[in-house]
Order: sequence, then structure tokens, then C-alpha cells
Amino acid sequence: MSLDLEQIRRIARLARIAVSDAEAADTAASLSGVLGLIGEMQAVDTTGIEPMAHALDAQVSSAQRLREDKAVEPDRRTAYQASAPAVQDGLYLVPRVVE
Amino acid sequence: MDWEIVVGLETHTQLLTESKIFSGASTAFGAEPNTQASAVDLALPGVLPVLNAKAVEFAVRLGLAIGATISPRSVFARKNYFYPDLPKGYQISQYELPVVQHGTLKIAVEGGEKTVRILRAHLEEDAGKSLHEDFKGLSGIDLNRAGTPLLEIVTEPDLRGAKEAVAYAKALHSLVRWIGICDGNMQEGSFRCDANVSVRRPGAPLGTRCEIKNLNSFRFMEQAIEYEARRQVELIEDGGTVVQETRLYDPDRNETRSMRSKEDAQDYRYFPDPDLLPLVINEAEIERIRALLPELPQAKRERFARDYGLAAYDAAQLTASRESADFFEDLVRASRAEPKTCANWQTGEFAAALNRDGLEVGHSPVGAEALGALLRRIADGTISGKIAKEVFEAMWRREAEGPGAADAIIEARGLEQISDTGAIEKMVDEVLAANARQVEDYRAGKEKAFNSLVGQVMKAAKGKANPGQVNAILKKKLGG
Repeated sequence: MSLDLEQIRRIARLARIAVSDAEAADTAASLSGVLGLIGEMQAVDTTGIEPMAHALDAQVSSAQRLREDKAVEPDRRTAYQASAPAVQDGLYLVPRVVE
Repeated sequence: MDWEIVVGLETHTQLLTESKIFSGASTAFGAEPNTQASAVDLALPGVLPVLNAKAVEFAVRLGLAIGATISPRSVFARKNYFYPDLPKGYQISQYELPVVQHGTLKIAVEGGEKTVRILRAHLEEDAGKSLHEDFKGLSGIDLNRAGTPLLEIVTEPDLRGAKEAVAYAKALHSLVRWIGICDGNMQEGSFRCDANVSVRRPGAPLGTRCEIKNLNSFRFMEQAIEYEARRQVELIEDGGTVVQETRLYDPDRNETRSMRSKEDAQDYRYFPDPDLLPLVINEAEIERIRALLPELPQAKRERFARDYGLAAYDAAQLTASRESADFFEDLVRASRAEPKTCANWQTGEFAAALNRDGLEVGHSPVGAEALGALLRRIADGTISGKIAKEVFEAMWRREAEGPGAADAIIEARGLEQISDTGAIEKMVDEVLAANARQVEDYRAGKEKAFNSLVGQVMKAAKGKANPGQVNAILKKKLGG
């Protein structure tokens, strides 16, 4: 299976990655290569095998560990905001977003 | 020909946990911006999510309350999209294997009951908040809400019209509070609905639907669905077709408008989150949680109707909330009165007073013990039902408090009913002497004159004479 340039542009837009027209052909080729690998895996007969949701699913004891419901995190806003590009009144400032 | 309005609802209920779903940050409402946003909530490099046991328990509680299947194994997935209030670039949610599947909720509809199928309920995290004003052309981001646990509850397209949708939303709202998993505060966003609306000719296949986002009041939900259905019908009748899209309801203009065009249709590229193992819930855990569930609204409603001999309507009113139902049972116990009398008082005077002051049952100035003591004074003839209303108003104004309030007010105001036959006879004699014309009218066959005479006696007694005795004595004297 191979991807066409239109699909590449759509994936790039969804991932918010700028892919120039010059790069698009190369990207299409390498992503198509990945799909080829997936194609090989999908060709394997997995009839009767339960799909896994996680690599550790193969282990019998694998289950999500749970945390007790306790608010234990201290307020570290000052430290976290020290590395933010812009803050005001405790808020992180980002380029304006409006739906 | 008629159109049928088809609605499915997705409800985001914020779970009443102390900490977030994947971090130990507090979920308390109203804190200073970003003071409850931990490294996990901010998606700093290297952090890993750890699931909150309480959030899982609450999801199971809901599942049991709607008679659903609790998935023995469910999976967390990443829902990928970009927005500044979602620092990871994905929301952790559940996709193919949600924790709760296939439940039902019964709702009251015109002419009876209806069973609404609930397709699924899944755990997920909330996003932060974006503020768009006052930042010199920039947006401000508060991540306190990021990571707050949500249970998204999704119905099948079983609802017909805005009224049914609202009836379902109200029933669910009542249920999540009843089982203690959500505070139901719609202003603070703890209970938000999205409505999928389509129209069709009865019997035809489902039409194309539009999703109306973030309906945070029952009134807006009803208006939004009605507007949207009308819009779709007009569009189709004018020869157009409905385009599947997300729309936003504007309550100020009472209309919905397109939020995202088709070109930008979302593709969330869900995949299992490698940071989280499958969630395994075993039978013993489910039974432990089941044992902790309170009697559910449906069961309580049926029991009230059966054991207390109440009409279905009264039983439904009284079980609208757990607090209300508990109040009723306490009232029956305290008053030792007929359940029907208790129901009349609770849904009458008491509900009206709560409504007038905008109070919930739990914050009433008159408790079940105190109201019960008042009803006992009606039953034992100390006061009439009419005087009891006056005493109740005084209790409501806290003229006296506690279980002895009614007696204190009756005594302080001298409201005790006159049941002394001699005293009543004396008053009746005086009234008969002073109202010779009415007496003649009555004897001439005018029934109305009798009521007027009763009124005169009650007036002379300042409303305190035992009405039954007044009637009996008057009849005797007039007949003689």
C-alpha cells in the first residue's frame, strides 16, 4: 500500500507538521515503507489469537495498578512557570486560539 | 406528514474525586489558575499517568446503577488533537473497550415510562480552560481542570424530541447525584451534555445528525434541540440536505451555528495508550462496590408506591432526590401520620417554601422531626390544618427551632384549638343570636347560609375552634 501526496498533506495538517511540496514525495515514500511493514504483519494468520492492547498483555499478571484518591501534589506553579515563554496573572499565554 | 425528531445524548459527568484521574493534583473548584496543575497535568517530559482507584469505582457504580455490563478488561486510548488547553496533544480516553457497556435508564414520558438504552460509559480526562480576552491578542491557559476525571455516558438514539431528551438528562442528573459520583453542578460544568439531533419521517431510516456541543442547562437543551430540529426540517423541505457537523447553541439568539466545517472534519487517530495497561476489574471488586450502592431511585419509587400506598406521581415527586426520599421516610416515622398526609405536606407547603427560598431539602430551616411534630398536633386535635399552615410559616421563619418548635409556637401564639364543647356552644349561640337572617335563610333551605354561619363562628374563635365540632354543634342547634 502506498500513500499519495494528498494523503500526506492531510496527515501533515492533522499532525501540525509543515511538509513542503519538495519534501512530500520523500515523506510519501518513507511512510509507504512503514505501511509495507505493517502489511507484512497483517499478512500473518492470527485467527483465534486474542488481540493485545499492550505489549505487557502477554504476561498473565499485567493489569493497570491503581492509585489511592489522595490530593498530594503541592502547588509548584512558580517553578513550572519559570520555564514558560509567557505568563500573566498565573495563566500560560499562547498565540490566540479561537474556534 | 409529520417529522420525527431523533436525539442521542452524550453526557460528561465530572467525578467527585479529591484528586485527578492520572495525577495527585487536587480537583477543587475555583483555585488560583495553574496552582492545581502538576507535572503530569502539564505533560512535562518523562511523566507517566497512574490511574485513580476512586474514578474506577465511580464508573462501576454508575454501570451497576444502570444494569450495565462492567467490562472485566477495558483499555485506555489516546484521542489525538491539538489545542493549547491539552498539553499532551492527546486526551486519554477509552475507545474500543469502555469500562461500562449496554445499560438502560427508565424515564417518565407522557403516558408512562420509557426505557432508554445506554450504549456505553467511558473514563477520560478533562482538558484545561482557554481564556480569550484581555491578553493583548494572546490566549490565557489555565490547566487546573486538565486531568479532572470524567465519565462520558452515551445513549443510543432512543430519545424522541426535546422533552424526552430533557427527561433523560434530568433522570441521569438525579441518578449520578443519588449514587454520589457527581455533584451535578451545571454552572461549574460538572454535568455537560452534547446532543446528536436528526429528523426523519416516522419509520424511515435515521437521518443525518448534527451534534450540538456543551448544553449546560436543561432549558438551553430543550431550546437548542427544538431550534436544531426545526432548522433541519426547513432545510430538507426546501430541497436541501443536512450536513453532518458540530454546532454550537447560542442562548442569546436562540439558534445553533456551525462550529467546524466539513473540510476540517476531525480525525482523532485513536490508538491504545502505551503508558497504561488494560484496566482489569474482577468479580469480587464489582460485588464489593455493588454492596455499597444505596437503594436506587427506581426501586425506591416502586417501594414508596407499594408500601406507603402513594400515587405514582407522589412517589416520583418524593424520590426526585435521595435527600427528599430520606426526608419523607423520616417524616412518616416522626409524625406517625398517614403517609398520604405526609406526602401532601412535603409536596405542598414544604416544597412551596423550599421553592420560594431557592433551597434544597438538606438546607431547609424545618427538619423532618420538627415537621413531624407539627403533623402530630393536627392528628391529636391540638390545632386545625389551617392553623398548622400558620405554625409552619412561623417555623420556617425560625421563630422556634428543633423538634419542639411547633409546640413552642402554638403556645407562644395561643393557637391551641378550642375543643371545649361548652366554649364552642357559647360562641355558636352568640353567632346565631346576631345573625337571625342567615338562620332564617338556612331554615328556608339555603345551604350557603350554613357556611356563612360556620365562618362567623370561626371568626369569633379567631380560627381556633375545632371545625368538626363547630359543624356538629351548629347543625344540632339549627335543626332543633
